[in-house]
Amino acid sequence: MENTMQAVPQNWYLLLSTFMFCIGVMGVLLRRNAIIILMCIELMLNAVNLLLVSFSSYAGNAEGQVFVFFIMVVAAAEVAVGLALLVSIYRNIASTDIDILSKMKW
Amino acid sequence: MNTLIYTACLGLFGLLAEIFNLRKYLIPIMVLGLAVIFSLNLQTWNHPETHFNGMLTDSNFSTAFSGLAIFIMLIILILAGDFYTSSDDEKHISDYMAILVFTLCGALMMFSYANMAMLFLGIETLSISLYVMAGSRRFEVKSNEAGFKYFLMGSFASAFLLFGIALIFGVTGTFSIDGIGVYMRAHADQLDPLFIVGMLLMIFAMLFKVSAAPFHFWAPDVYEGAPSLITALMSTLVKIAAFAAFYKLLSVCFVFALGKAEIILTVSCAATILIGNLVALTQDNFKRLLAYSGISHAGYMLLAIISLQGSTDSALFLYSTGYAVASLAAFAIAITVFKATGTESISGFNGLGKKNPMLAAGLSMAMLSLAGIPPFAGFFGKYFIFSEAMRNGYQNLVFLAIISSIIGVFYYMKVIVAMYSKQANEFEVKPTFSYQLVIIVCIVLSIFIGIFPGLFTKLL
Repeated sequence: MENTMQAVPQNWYLLLSTFMFCIGVMGVLLRRNAIIILMCIELMLNAVNLLLVSFSSYAGNAEGQVFVFFIMVVAAAEVAVGLALLVSIYRNIASTDIDILSKMKW
Repeated sequence: MNTLIYTACLGLFGLLAEIFNLRKYLIPIMVLGLAVIFSLNLQTWNHPETHFNGMLTDSNFSTAFSGLAIFIMLIILILAGDFYTSSDDEKHISDYMAILVFTLCGALMMFSYANMAMLFLGIETLSISLYVMAGSRRFEVKSNEAGFKYFLMGSFASAFLLFGIALIFGVTGTFSIDGIGVYMRAHADQLDPLFIVGMLLMIFAMLFKVSAAPFHFWAPDVYEGAPSLITALMSTLVKIAAFAAFYKLLSVCFVFALGKAEIILTVSCAATILIGNLVALTQDNFKRLLAYSGISHAGYMLLAIISLQGSTDSALFLYSTGYAVASLAAFAIAITVFKATGTESISGFNGLGKKNPMLAAGLSMAMLSLAGIPPFAGFFGKYFIFSEAMRNGYQNLVFLAIISSIIGVFYYMKVIVAMYSKQANEFEVKPTFSYQLVIIVCIVLSIFIGIFPGLFTKLL
């Protein structure tokens, strides 16, 4: 298990997860569909998970992998709340486009 | 730590109360329970201890802030009794109470964390409960919008916090804040670039959470759309919890690395103070006004965090206490007025001085305390923060902050002028007993702290 993981240099994991994180950030900033924004936030969190697992595997320190479980649990709770909010929005405005949600300004 | 366990049990009790049909007695039981927890919390004073394998530590810092947080939640629960009166609300009262108490659990974790995992879990417990509460008026689009905006911004910021934690873990190999502090001291002159990037990401995330400029834009919308009681909670408990966690993070983990982030923190502090005060001038909606005033207060508290030396934690605590009691009094009065007049704009306060002189006097005192006029707590909070910052060599920022707080007096006066010199509207405003109690307690505390600030300045 450890050998397969470490066959790839550590920097590549860092680059890959940074890249994934940036895709997530761009998605949140540029996309207008609320469900896709939710998915992009998940992508950001999963980039962090990948990074933590690779760091902890290289350092031979299991703490990072335990942290990943915490992140997964919290992400699940967060998505549950987010989707519930989205459902109640959809019932009121019959759309998932977040540009409609701009009732309040200045 | 016991405080945290008892609070969690109280929250679970709230969820179970629905089964045992205790809806009617729920709020008094919860209030009593929190009062007991408040006194138990005091027992940890001067008994620093570490729990759960170095996950949580009790210190005087955490005890003082936990006491303040429990007090704020106590006030919010007392206010909740007469706030949730519609039939739809009454069906969900036990859920609301339980979620509110879980919010407090998150805040308690943020005060006593000793490990990044606990910081993360605390922030998320606090935030996820609040996403639900902010969107809890299901049939109002405004409340939906507030809840969803808060959710998006909050989880976006959390992802940045996590990426920062992961990078710092990669460099230091530990999540313990003391371990990170040891690494930071050992490598103070040549820090790994990954460590600095991780630190900056965490600082950005925390600036998001405390709604400092340029990450403040979500705050006014969320404050306006959320139910007023939840707005009161967000502008007091959440802000204070985020600041205490931020302070602890910087002072334990990053204090020698801050040179790299100083320019960011300074610019953000100046921008927060200026934007908060200037934009508040143009507001007509009272909740938005308080939101922008909250942003400017976040700027003053950032000043305490930047100057980070010696007794800044006491100054931060004094400031938070003064800010919290004044805000709670203002919100208690505002909720009463909103309910009577059905509008949230400042014109709803017109002529309150004639209709209900007690309420008008209370709101004037709360506004004066927020504006920082002696003899109220707000003045001494500002005074100590400014003098700490001055002593640590931040004259320019202090100068800017003083100018802005003079601008600030203007919009606080706008409310007072509306109450005393505008034509009265026909609505009758009468606070219920619990609201009167809260208003009197908060104002008396505000004056008491203003007269005896010495009790707080050497506290921590």
